[in-house]
Amino acid sequence: MTEHAPILRIEDLSVEFGASRVIENLTLSVSPGKTTAIVGESGSGKSVTSLSVMRLAEMMGATYPSGKIIFEGSEGKTDLLALPQKKMRAIRGKDIAMIFQEPMTSLNPVFTIGDQIAESLILHEGMSKKDALKEGLRLLEMVRLPDAAQLLNRYPHQLSGGMRQRVMIAMALACRPKVLIADEPTTALDVTIQAQILTIIRDLQAELGMAVIFITHDMGVVAEVADDVMVMWKGKKVEEGPVKDLFANPKHPYTKTLLSAVPRLGAMAGEKFPKRFPVAVMDGDTPRIVGSEHIQNTAKYDAQPLLQVRDLVTRFDIKKGIFGGVTHRVHAVENVSFDIYRGETLALVGESGSGKSTIGRTIQQLQKATSGNITFDGRPFASMGKADQQRLRQEIQYIFQDPFASLDPRKKVGFSIAEPIHTHHLMDGTKQIKMRVDQLLERVGLTSAHADRYPHEFSGGQRQRICIARALASNPKLIIADEALSALDVSIQAQIINLFMELQEEHGLAYLFISHDMAVVEKMSHRVAVLYLGQVAELGSRQQVLENPSHPYTQRLLSAVPVADPTRNVNRTMLDGEIPSPVRRVGDEPAIVSYQEIAPGHLVANAV
Amino acid sequence: MTAIAKSARFKRYKNLEFILGVLLTGGICLAVLFSDLLFPDGGDKINLMARLTAPFTDTAHILGTDPLGRDVLARVVMGGKISLQVGILSVAGAVVIGVIMGLVSGYYRGFWDMIVMRFADVQLALPFILLAITFIAIVGGGLTNMIILLIVSQWVQYARLVRGSVLSLRDREFIQSAQAIGVRDIHILLRHLLPNLIGPVIVLMTLNVANNILLESSLTFLGLGVDPLIPSWGGMLADGRTYLQNAWWVSVFPGLAILLTVLGLNLLGDWLRDSLDPTGRTSR
Repeated sequence: MTEHAPILRIEDLSVEFGASRVIENLTLSVSPGKTTAIVGESGSGKSVTSLSVMRLAEMMGATYPSGKIIFEGSEGKTDLLALPQKKMRAIRGKDIAMIFQEPMTSLNPVFTIGDQIAESLILHEGMSKKDALKEGLRLLEMVRLPDAAQLLNRYPHQLSGGMRQRVMIAMALACRPKVLIADEPTTALDVTIQAQILTIIRDLQAELGMAVIFITHDMGVVAEVADDVMVMWKGKKVEEGPVKDLFANPKHPYTKTLLSAVPRLGAMAGEKFPKRFPVAVMDGDTPRIVGSEHIQNTAKYDAQPLLQVRDLVTRFDIKKGIFGGVTHRVHAVENVSFDIYRGETLALVGESGSGKSTIGRTIQQLQKATSGNITFDGRPFASMGKADQQRLRQEIQYIFQDPFASLDPRKKVGFSIAEPIHTHHLMDGTKQIKMRVDQLLERVGLTSAHADRYPHEFSGGQRQRICIARALASNPKLIIADEALSALDVSIQAQIINLFMELQEEHGLAYLFISHDMAVVEKMSHRVAVLYLGQVAELGSRQQVLENPSHPYTQRLLSAVPVADPTRNVNRTMLDGEIPSPVRRVGDEPAIVSYQEIAPGHLVANAV
Repeated sequence: MTAIAKSARFKRYKNLEFILGVLLTGGICLAVLFSDLLFPDGGDKINLMARLTAPFTDTAHILGTDPLGRDVLARVVMGGKISLQVGILSVAGAVVIGVIMGLVSGYYRGFWDMIVMRFADVQLALPFILLAITFIAIVGGGLTNMIILLIVSQWVQYARLVRGSVLSLRDREFIQSAQAIGVRDIHILLRHLLPNLIGPVIVLMTLNVANNILLESSLTFLGLGVDPLIPSWGGMLADGRTYLQNAWWVSVFPGLAILLTVLGLNLLGDWLRDSLDPTGRTSR
């Protein structure tokens, strides 16, 4: 497969936690200069594999009933599993380095960036503090951080997420490791920043000739970075091969279902309406096709819009100084206007800090608007009394990103689903309410027996189904889904997308779909609004915005999305720069953009 | 060891915890409740002939006698009345006030929160003895006043604890999603916040019961508490101190009574905290 001898070979590895075997007879080899991607859904054992290579899995109670991990180090071949932890410590960080998903928590908040980079250099290379800092500067420049000399004296909280992840990469590369393990390094980042990080990892790999093990659940990222791919499922390797072969000709049924579930940006070019697609679901070891292709023409554009948002402004004051005066403001939302019609899905897309969640929270009355008008079903927010506001909380429902966090851990899910019914007195009688809860559970694909369980007894996908059942319980007209699909595995995600669309057709629901994932947005929305720094950059039908992106930011956003197609030639120019901050000094108001209608219903912001 | 066997063992341990807790607390409470029937003379009968009888030597005085020849067993059982009343009522009162204050000020923040918390700061800065002396000087001694004093000086602990938990919980998504649905504040406070923060409150409660049983004796020693002639565990402990060299039983048995009560309450509290948490993990 490669011209080099493999630098790391995992042979017949099994890992157990207690009696449960999480990895079974895994074999994998990694060659220098190559990127091997390990793909799988949550719980497939991909992270445990990498932690076993680092011998960190033992600290969580893992045992290795069989297997070898042969590493071709500077002192010849060694079996990492046979090494004592003391010797392993010398290899970790020096020969094999790792970067983690959360750059926020991987850096120690009380030390400067310079101290933290210098630490491993002093430890492994025996450098003096002065030399270590000099080397640190070189490393920061290597990951193309601007103002590297300044950064050495900064603290982690003063850096953005993307910058922190670059610092983590610089630290991992400090001792020129032979193997770099990247565990979901871009999952927590925005797409444009993700594109930067992926480019940096690829360039540095070519420069240093190291082997990279790239762990991810995102097939788009795999298609972009990997040379070889290993697909894991339930702790086993189900398939491996060069990336192009695997994508073009998947052999194992699980790989097929995984690839079929991945939303591909651009796959729906030419379609006027969003569409439901059949989803392959693994039923034991064989895939089963669920659902059928169905055009989602549910939006009622001839009637009055259900929700009208006009010139919405939401700002947060930042109080600083001894006297608590307002010195800065977060301009989260600035003059945003849009409509949502009955049966329509409007997607709000944007990166962190674009104000997309704030808009949703303001409509849900979780947040007060600074100014502007919102009208729901012909009733303006401003003229509403307490009773009307309460009715609105029944007619508009909110689904959060993390289904586990949004369910009370101490309440049975039956209680949680019945809560909106009790709160709004929609029904009387314990028996009727119980029947309604059972019916809702069955509608979202669970059974009535699930009502007596607690949230922690469910999987992520099931929990999101529970949250949807809870939202449905109050017979809403509008559902605000705030990144409701982001925390789910792709195959589950595809099922939930279909569930959302089925419910829309059944109940004539309108969705405000807040997301950063362009491919999912393409699949399920009728219209799209692109947000940038609290203002709408572009608004139009799905086809208009995605097929004819006319604002430079929309173009940039779309080009950054990794597409699950390895044959596509990735030759994007390095997207530089950070997402600007919406925090401004008092008195320094942002310029309000004006719009140009380039096609009926397609608004594009003029350059300021 | 398998996870299932582990959890089964944990369950067995939990059951044992519950049974032991019930036996200890229940036994002591029953004995104290029926103390008047068990010892009609109230343990006050002085018999100087039998002074400082060693325990387990005389069937009439199983646990021996004190320097005045009073039966130690009778006095321990009678003394439980005062001690348990002080320990349990003061903690119960402080918990009710503190939890309500903490919930309200943590959830609503703002002006009310500032008032409550500044008041709490002042209270924490006041030395307890100073507060006690002033309080008793104004309203006088006695059992009820002592309990009120303990409530006044201890509700702050619960308020601070609860407020801290509320501050971290109120930004969690399940609270926000309850707000988004339109659940009334009172239901959010009682049905969602309270069950999620009760664990540490229970731990603090069990610790404070023991603390307050001992405080009662210190206050009595200062002349601020109940009539020193009425037996109480803390008081007996203090009285027996001078005889510790040659008559250990005078102070050891009331001490043992405190120990067993607190142990029983601790076991019950632990069990209660874990059984209230459906996730079944131990949160420490």
